[in-house]
Amino acid sequence: MSIWVQLVVALAVIAAGGWAFRFAGQKLTKNAPYYRDMPFGVAFGYVLGAALLIWVISVYYTARTAEPAIANKYFFIRVAIEGFIGFAIIAYYFRLAGIYIGSEGSKKLFRSMPLTAAFGIITIIFYAFLAVFAGQISAITIIVLAALGVPLCVYARVNFRKDAAKSIVGVVSVTLIVFIVMYFVGPLAPYGQEEILGAANIVPGGDPAIGGNPDYPLGTDQIGRDILSRLIYGAQNTVGIAFATTVLAFVIGATLGFLAATIGGWLDQFISRAVDVLMAIPSLIFALLLMTIASVWAPVLGIPLTYFMIVIIAVIDSTRVFRLARAVGINIVVMDYIEAAKLRGEGMGYLIFREILPNASAPLLAEFGLRFCFVFLTIASLSFLGVGIQPPLADWGTMVKDLAQFINFAAFAPQVAAAPLLAAGAIALLTVAVNFVVDWMLHKSSGLKE
Amino acid sequence: MASILRIIAQRLGLGLLTLLVVSIVIFTAVNLLPGDFAQAILGQGATPEAIEAIRKDLGLNDPPVTRYFQWLGGAIQGDLGNSFAQANFASFAGSDTGSGLASVAAQVGPRFANTMFLAGVTAMIAVPIAVTLGILAALYRNSIFDRAANVMTLSSISSPEFFMAYVLILFLAVLNPILPSLSNIYDGMEFSERLTKTLLPALTLTLVVTAHMMRMTRAAIINLLASPYIEMARLKGISPMRVIVKHALPNALAPIINVIALNLAYLITGVVVVEVVFVYPGIGQLFVDSVKIRDIPVVQACCLIFAAAYILLNLMADILSIISNPRLRHPK
Amino acid sequence: MSESELLLKVRDLQIDGRSDEIWNPIINGASFDLKKGEVMGLIGESGAGKSTMGLASMGYTRDGCRISGGTVEFDGIDLVNAAAAVKRDLLGKRIAYVAQSAAASFNPAHRLIDQHTEAPVQHKVSSRSDSEADGIELYRKLRLPNPDEIGFRYPHQVSGGQLQRAMTAMAMACRPDLIIFDEPTTALDVTTQIEVLASIREIVEEFDTAAIYITHDLAVVAQMADKIKVMLKGDEVEEADTRTMLSAPTQEYTKSLWAVRSFQRPQKPAVHTSATPIISVRNVTAAYGKVPVLHDVSFDMHEGRTVAVVGESGSGKSTTARCITGLLPPKSGHIEFNGEAMPLDYRKRNKDQLRQAQMIYQMADTALNPRKTIGELIGRPVQFYMGLTGKAKRRRVDHLLEEIELEPEIYFNRYPSELSGGQKQRIGIARALAAEPQFIICDEVTSALDQLVAEGILKLLAKLQDELGLSYMFITHDLATVKSIADEVVVMKDGRVVEQGPKDDMFKPPHHAYTDLLLSSVPEMDPDWLTNLLNERGVDNIGDAAVGKM
Repeated sequence: MSIWVQLVVALAVIAAGGWAFRFAGQKLTKNAPYYRDMPFGVAFGYVLGAALLIWVISVYYTARTAEPAIANKYFFIRVAIEGFIGFAIIAYYFRLAGIYIGSEGSKKLFRSMPLTAAFGIITIIFYAFLAVFAGQISAITIIVLAALGVPLCVYARVNFRKDAAKSIVGVVSVTLIVFIVMYFVGPLAPYGQEEILGAANIVPGGDPAIGGNPDYPLGTDQIGRDILSRLIYGAQNTVGIAFATTVLAFVIGATLGFLAATIGGWLDQFISRAVDVLMAIPSLIFALLLMTIASVWAPVLGIPLTYFMIVIIAVIDSTRVFRLARAVGINIVVMDYIEAAKLRGEGMGYLIFREILPNASAPLLAEFGLRFCFVFLTIASLSFLGVGIQPPLADWGTMVKDLAQFINFAAFAPQVAAAPLLAAGAIALLTVAVNFVVDWMLHKSSGLKE
Repeated sequence: MASILRIIAQRLGLGLLTLLVVSIVIFTAVNLLPGDFAQAILGQGATPEAIEAIRKDLGLNDPPVTRYFQWLGGAIQGDLGNSFAQANFASFAGSDTGSGLASVAAQVGPRFANTMFLAGVTAMIAVPIAVTLGILAALYRNSIFDRAANVMTLSSISSPEFFMAYVLILFLAVLNPILPSLSNIYDGMEFSERLTKTLLPALTLTLVVTAHMMRMTRAAIINLLASPYIEMARLKGISPMRVIVKHALPNALAPIINVIALNLAYLITGVVVVEVVFVYPGIGQLFVDSVKIRDIPVVQACCLIFAAAYILLNLMADILSIISNPRLRHPK
Repeated sequence: MSESELLLKVRDLQIDGRSDEIWNPIINGASFDLKKGEVMGLIGESGAGKSTMGLASMGYTRDGCRISGGTVEFDGIDLVNAAAAVKRDLLGKRIAYVAQSAAASFNPAHRLIDQHTEAPVQHKVSSRSDSEADGIELYRKLRLPNPDEIGFRYPHQVSGGQLQRAMTAMAMACRPDLIIFDEPTTALDVTTQIEVLASIREIVEEFDTAAIYITHDLAVVAQMADKIKVMLKGDEVEEADTRTMLSAPTQEYTKSLWAVRSFQRPQKPAVHTSATPIISVRNVTAAYGKVPVLHDVSFDMHEGRTVAVVGESGSGKSTTARCITGLLPPKSGHIEFNGEAMPLDYRKRNKDQLRQAQMIYQMADTALNPRKTIGELIGRPVQFYMGLTGKAKRRRVDHLLEEIELEPEIYFNRYPSELSGGQKQRIGIARALAAEPQFIICDEVTSALDQLVAEGILKLLAKLQDELGLSYMFITHDLATVKSIADEVVVMKDGRVVEQGPKDDMFKPPHHAYTDLLLSSVPEMDPDWLTNLLNERGVDNIGDAAVGKM
């Protein structure tokens, strides 16, 4: 019961602190309107926030002790705090760089960017980098990229505004340089994702005294695969598959949505009712049901289960995309400029691609981010439940499931316990990053001055 | 009043219709399986006689439409058919397949009650916290509190449920052994013990659902506070408390109720993963287990139950927001 | 002026607004005095900061605004630095507010009378039952129908004009010393507006309440105010007694505002009866689904002339345009173009028929695709109808831009969002001209624009008509616009043509009763206009009441 008493005392102290804070503010500023009209709740909130900050700092200093038992106990909090500050610093410098480097447009964009969005963008770039360069890239990739990029630059120079053309040329050349450099650097992952190495269950940290091995910084799993390599390849598999699924969901959903919005009538009615029914089943449940059936079909047809999963999740998620695309489309279709184009005698293709689509790109892009998070989480959940991405492909959800029991060693070997949390954290970090960026985009496009 | 009753009746009818169509979708999906159930149950090495016996027993020789209505009719009366896994077990034991079949309803029933308990505990914790925090964030929008809450809720929404679950296990069960990390509850358990064991999964769900609910509440309230009639109330010199209670709350009720119902519906999806992490014997875990061993009747039944709960909650949100709309309560 | 008479003293008031995390000035120093019982009109174009200043006179700023300097003194109380509780005690009790949109400013969850009695009860001015009885009395004074019963309805059960009066009653509930009227009649039709104006003026005079009347309509303010203050983009322009201001404005800007009303084209000679009309609307009847909107509408439009179609909202004037363009095929009747019947559905018309009839929209913002540059917007019809590409297309677009008085070099690559409202409307005109049509439908093209800008658009349209011999169908609810540009007038009401003929005949009696009402309801700059009208007709024969008697 003492914990409750402590809680009540702490709250009372904070309440008293809040009153004192407001009183002091009023006296010191000679009754400035801000302190004079401050509700007690606000003062309480300030003191509570300050108390939490002090608590975090004190925990951090406790965690830095040399005493192994205490250091182990506070290991995770310490890593979390250091990680938080580290990410904030990286995001800050990334934004700073963005403000000084690049075209006028991108500089302006960076200036208005909150720190969370900067963090999101740098994280997404990092994941993309991991995913693309996890294994050795081939020379053909570089040639194809160059063959696509150079004509794009030429086209942009002729047809776009100077500013936009400059940005495109910049992006293309940076990408090409990075690819060429990475071609010579080689794969990021030290080992292959399916490679079974001699030693199983090596402890992370690289310290041989406690059963580690410097060759495997994060140790190996139960059957001797390098965890670090699998984490890096996980970016390729998990993110890549989620990305492909989202793209497929968008192609299906957006096409049907815009068709329903422009044509209307019975087609709209039919698709909308069908989507209503599909959306009445919770998506994870429906996915699990269909995956059960697919798992019977897969061996019969000789198609890997992963392909079934991509199609199943894409179809389920395309219903949500349909709703949005249709709503956005309908909002645009009622605009006078569409009426003007219709009265001019323009065809359906011109209407959809030249008049509607350019105006729908902002909400669709934001929806793409959100949808990607959702698909990514669904796939991770399915894999975690054992019916998603199939072994031997390295995948974060499956890794969490396989390594989960290590968490029980946290008290005496925190680095071992960290392995499943790293995989789960890798999933969380990317979705958080995407959500931060989307949140910023939505805030910008809504133009709300709250 | 008559018009509002008519609208509610319409919504109810629509909900029932949706459920019916959903049941057809589920039934059809399952019937897309290659071969038939009997083969699936007994595996490749089964004798034709044994397969024929099961076919007969399950009524697989009937046309699909007949079977659908038999299944639906049974489901309405609480008879959800028989579990394959149990049948399989029975056939291995060498007993007569007919009498060895265990009913799905007997398996699902207690599990369903457990899940309802978990969802109930979660709702009891999450709803008051989320609504309070959401209203506070809306009232002090763009303050430090609001920004911090925005970052935290966004992170919480973005994290997969199992990440939250393991982080909680790490801090509350492994490093500081306050709560048990396994939720092995059973019948006849004392309520307090049952509650302690349910607390960790409930907290995990709370974290996820609270974030959603809080953001939606905040958005609804901000939307409301921007309306001219709130400004009018302020310009009439009404005290801030009265502005909230008398002017904002009656209009905020509909959106908040909507938010709560939608998030309870969302809980249904979240419950599956969380139950697996904590080995909580609920319907979600049963569902996943059945998916893995392809116990089709159980999968079918669980799916139907989840869908029904989901539709019901959405329907409730719909109806409650109709009732709380003054324009509909007092027609012209 | 003695100190004791002074009610509100505003000195060098400065207000900032926040956009993109930066504070920008909205009001750069405004000063005025208001005596007890005095009504001041505050006028200016949209964005002049009128509403912000009106609210600041109550010591209130909206979210994202702040008072950055100056003083507001109400009856000796400093409202800028007063504690929240002190201000709350004044608001509603001694200073009241009437908002622009009554429908949005009444709480949908409570009955009118509950909202009416809230301020008196909360400020402990009177008891609930007393203020309820007083409310009914005020409703009666403001000539609301069924005053005993109307307060017990919910806001959505009462019409817009009535709600506006109920809100005035609510403002009066504590018998305040000062009321801020923030464009109370802007959203209303002319015939409803006049009723509300009469009610407001009467009750303000009766209780000797001081008021600040905010509006963009000069004629309205002339009826209501003792003195007028003119604002322009946050700066004060001038302030004077109403009659002085109307007869002898001193500032250039004020003079130009007054001058807008004087633009008028001479009446063109009558058309030959034998001439074939460009467009002839013949016995058109149309409906949205099962709801009938137009009944047997017929009129002609001739080459080089402007036909103004006038009516209040819901009269069917825009629907007539939709029938002509073929967006809404009529149920019966037909549309003739140069004497030949056109297909009723636009999808069945050929390219040339589509080209000959162009349209300019009310809201330039929604009529121009925001993702296209000006060059693309105007270039598309040039390419689509004329088949011009490359340099020839560019030359034609440049020529069109010169035609609408915009510099081609500057504007060709811009997006609509980089243009002002008037410039966007000009682009709309250029896009219509690019098709080289004979006939253009102008759907309320000036009603979203400020007066000066609107005048520029009207002059441009007149110039283009003289140069190119265009015919216009000019849809509007604003009779001032009709006077300045029309050759013929068609008056519509409830989907029927009430009266039609040459403009000069239409503005001379005798009229059809509805035309008469419509014409006489338009406020004029004469400060005695409303008084005279009320004396002439009696208070019960204006506005909706008169429409009802028809």
